[in-house]
Amino acid sequence: MESLHMKDRDVVVPGDIVATGMGFLPSKGTYRESDKVIADRVGLLSVEGKVLKVVPLTGGYAPKIGDRVIGQVNDVLFSGWRVDLFGPYSAVLGVKDATNEFIGRGANLAEIFGLGDIVVCKLINVTSQKLIDVSLRGPGLRQLKGGRLIKVNAAKVPRIIGKDGTMVSMIKQATGINIVVGMNGMVWIDGTPEGEVVAAETIQKIQDEAHLGGLTNRIKDFLEQKTGKKVEPRAMQEGE
Amino acid sequence: MPYPKRFDGRKSDETRPIVAKVGIIPRADGSAMFQIGKTTAYAAVYGPRTLHPKWMQNPNTGVLRCEYNMLPFSGHGERVRPGGGRRAREIGMVTENALLPVLDLREYPNSVVDVYIDLPQTDAGTRCAGITAAAMALADAGFEMKDMVAAVAVGKVQDHVLADLTYDEEQNKTPEEGVADIPVAFMPLSGKLTLLQMDGEVTREDLKKALTLGKEVCKRIVDIQKAALRAKYAGGSDDE
Repeated sequence: MESLHMKDRDVVVPGDIVATGMGFLPSKGTYRESDKVIADRVGLLSVEGKVLKVVPLTGGYAPKIGDRVIGQVNDVLFSGWRVDLFGPYSAVLGVKDATNEFIGRGANLAEIFGLGDIVVCKLINVTSQKLIDVSLRGPGLRQLKGGRLIKVNAAKVPRIIGKDGTMVSMIKQATGINIVVGMNGMVWIDGTPEGEVVAAETIQKIQDEAHLGGLTNRIKDFLEQKTGKKVEPRAMQEGE
Repeated sequence: MPYPKRFDGRKSDETRPIVAKVGIIPRADGSAMFQIGKTTAYAAVYGPRTLHPKWMQNPNTGVLRCEYNMLPFSGHGERVRPGGGRRAREIGMVTENALLPVLDLREYPNSVVDVYIDLPQTDAGTRCAGITAAAMALADAGFEMKDMVAAVAVGKVQDHVLADLTYDEEQNKTPEEGVADIPVAFMPLSGKLTLLQMDGEVTREDLKKALTLGKEVCKRIVDIQKAALRAKYAGGSDDE
């Protein structure tokens, strides 16, 4: 007898029996035990045909190649820098991935990036032991000067960016500040003090209400009420 | 003292009133509170994070580290010396062993997951309350868990096999007959034990009875744990 015991978008917790029957396919966040499919983390159940997976609602950052993250230089090495990713693992930024400019032999690397510098970089390699290489070559990758960093739950990052960047775009429209969101849960904001305060409040609100419906509209109302400006939930433009 | 009826009038398989809450410590990565009668346990999870000292690191898997701590004023009049002792270390160790069968930390090599369990008031059954709270806190932190874990102390007072002993029941021994206090933890899906300790004496038959009772009660506690987790994350679906 095949049956699905829970609905799409239900909140599941570890140990929930999601479905019975060999016809269902366990994917990320679920596993099979004899003919049962069981959830192994807290999240929202997603049912796509016979494929069952759990979209996590909480949890740390799992490094993946290609992710854009925000890190802080915390050591200078022989031929690169160690970058703290604000999680259990730090990354190495090699000299050849750091800049397009020529760096001569014996150059003082601390003059290029010093301790405490904030960079937005891209993961170019992750090993099984979580040794990570990052790069600064690529569009939008650079050192971040000024501004401030906010830490959010990494599972909420997709909500903060919004669909096609609508959330970030709305915050930018309302406050006129610069925002960079790293997949590792670090958000950099830079602008007027008032704008930064509103942006920080908004990001906190998104984080607290990420799992509730109608988020985009609620954030739109919140921003309009806070700043008195009209905002439009639209996709991010090229180059933003 | 003869014991025809339990001091608080409970049935033999009845636990004390239970309150369970998830996400009560905002700064922690995951947290939970579990209260059973006059025993209250708080659990906070931090991590995964870099493990120091470095020799404790395991390149194959992340390490679970549980700390059990009774607050100085929590006991029965006598002040509990702070700072942990032999007993606290042992209970920390059995807590780790009780939780590890459901946790898979291979995704986090060389790192540590810290679980701090604090008990502001105690009336027996503290390690069980601690394990139960810690399981909820780990799920709240977003870890992959094959199942939940719940624990309860079962025991034998004179000729009754009882669930969830209080301090008074534990102490209710006569020169002829001792009290057996058996803390157990179960994974409800597989019905396997993850904790089994004993203080006192029982016959083989009574131990079997006690374990059956413990499994039964743990299943009920797991329902409460899951309801508490759902209560934090429920609230409708997302708009994306």
